[in-house]
Amino acid sequence: MVVTFNRAVRTLRRSGTRDAGERFIQLILLVCAVSSIFAIFLIIVFVFSQGVPFLAEAGLGFLTTSVWLPADSFAAGTWGIFPIILGSLIVTLGAVAIGAPLGIACAVFLAEIAPPAVRRLLVPSVSALAGVPSVVYGFFALLVIVPWIRGQFGGFGTSILACWIILSVMILPTIISVSTDAVRAVPREYKEGSLAMGATRWQTIRSVLIPAASSGIMASVILGMGRAIGETMAVLLVAGNSVTIPGSIFAPVSTLTATIALEMGYATGAHQQALFAMGVVLFVFILILTGLANLASRRRVTF
Amino acid sequence: MSGEIEISVKNLNLWFGNFQALKNVNIDIPKNAVTALIGPSGCGKSTFIKTLDRMNDLVDNVKFTGEVIYKGRNILNSDTDVVALRKEIGMVFQKPNPFPKSIFDNVAYGPRVHGIRDKKALNEIVERSLKGAAIWDEVKDRLNESALRLSGGQQQRLCIARLLAVEPDVLLMDEPASALDPIATSKIEDLIYELKKEYTIIIVTHNMQQAARVSSHTAFFFLGELVEYASTIDLFERPREKKTEDYVTGKFG
Repeated sequence: MVVTFNRAVRTLRRSGTRDAGERFIQLILLVCAVSSIFAIFLIIVFVFSQGVPFLAEAGLGFLTTSVWLPADSFAAGTWGIFPIILGSLIVTLGAVAIGAPLGIACAVFLAEIAPPAVRRLLVPSVSALAGVPSVVYGFFALLVIVPWIRGQFGGFGTSILACWIILSVMILPTIISVSTDAVRAVPREYKEGSLAMGATRWQTIRSVLIPAASSGIMASVILGMGRAIGETMAVLLVAGNSVTIPGSIFAPVSTLTATIALEMGYATGAHQQALFAMGVVLFVFILILTGLANLASRRRVTF
Repeated sequence: MSGEIEISVKNLNLWFGNFQALKNVNIDIPKNAVTALIGPSGCGKSTFIKTLDRMNDLVDNVKFTGEVIYKGRNILNSDTDVVALRKEIGMVFQKPNPFPKSIFDNVAYGPRVHGIRDKKALNEIVERSLKGAAIWDEVKDRLNESALRLSGGQQQRLCIARLLAVEPDVLLMDEPASALDPIATSKIEDLIYELKKEYTIIIVTHNMQQAARVSSHTAFFFLGELVEYASTIDLFERPREKKTEDYVTGKFG
């Protein structure tokens, strides 16, 4: 497609209508940009059109009550997704609490400490980590982490802890790659200035590099959080998917994404609309996170 | 050469990979004086001063032989504590590089990393250092403002103040005024004149008038070799080498 595109451009150039060629390219790029935005826009409209009427009917109780007994008609069901929202938040925040320090440390290592040979090995490995399908992560967690938790701590093994462990690994590539770029983007002069005054390498990293890269690091953590809250397949396999308020980190939990994925197949009527309403809730969460990420990366670098 | 010697360099050779950047350099740097290093771009003068505080260590594939004797020790030895060395031999860079912190925190950075936490002690160090770098009067009312809001010349003097705060003995200056306007440059030069009473200063410069104005000794580097080293007056008015004469009279450069 690129080849045809180039040929089209060359043809236009040869015919001496360079301006027309430029305009043609601009038009094509505009169409590409608009079509992707249009697709997102359509999805949003669809999810909201299905979900918002249900939200209006169920009211605030949908978000704050804890009994989830879906049915085909509104009157026959009990609609409380508080445990599911709570589950999503617990699973996400825990995964970030574990994954962020690891990822940031790894990023600093890659950007500042690793010798070139190690970097050449690690950077592709991190990218490979990002390329593993989430169902593979989930399957691995189900076969390895869940039995381990069952053996060590009792219970079913499918639990908050299992979600934390697997999700923290899954968000690592995002956090590492964005944070590494942020640390590498810190002007070399800052580092030299610090070292030239007799600061150690660690003091330089801690007092100059990380603060100077903090906005990018913050953005990486929020992007990782977005990945964690949106992750469906791996969580679905190891969460246990019980709509109750979990009593401990070894208890099963359900999340917005996993519940939608599990129930959408057979849901009809009001139940289906309720799932779309959960989609709206999820969408709002992600919108907030994206907004925070933008805010963080745009923040002026002063510390 | 009369007077005390601060740094004595013997048979210094330095390579970046296969490229030899310094060729058998021998030079004695006098204490409490300004020594200027001049020469065309790529002649090794910046590489030379970065050897004196081992900042070249940051470059991959760097190798060196020879001796740099400072306080009776060869600082090129692999067992040299480069962190301690850089506390004594500080560097001012070509481009002012204040940290994106407040003016106060920039100057307090060095003392803090060297373990001074006491607020009162830090206040005193910051004031003394800013006065020493002749910038106190301009910034004393806005110490908590970001250093990045200062002008280029002020930033460079702040960087000098930041360096003075760790109480070094030697100041290395790598073209400290090349990014500044003439007024800011003359302020830096006045400052250098004041600082040499207490510090040994080595300044790399492209500007021969600047070398003539601020230094007592001048070394001319060309293609990694130290071509000529003499008192500044002799080097500019009675150069011994043809190459030096051509350079200082502007035939090439």
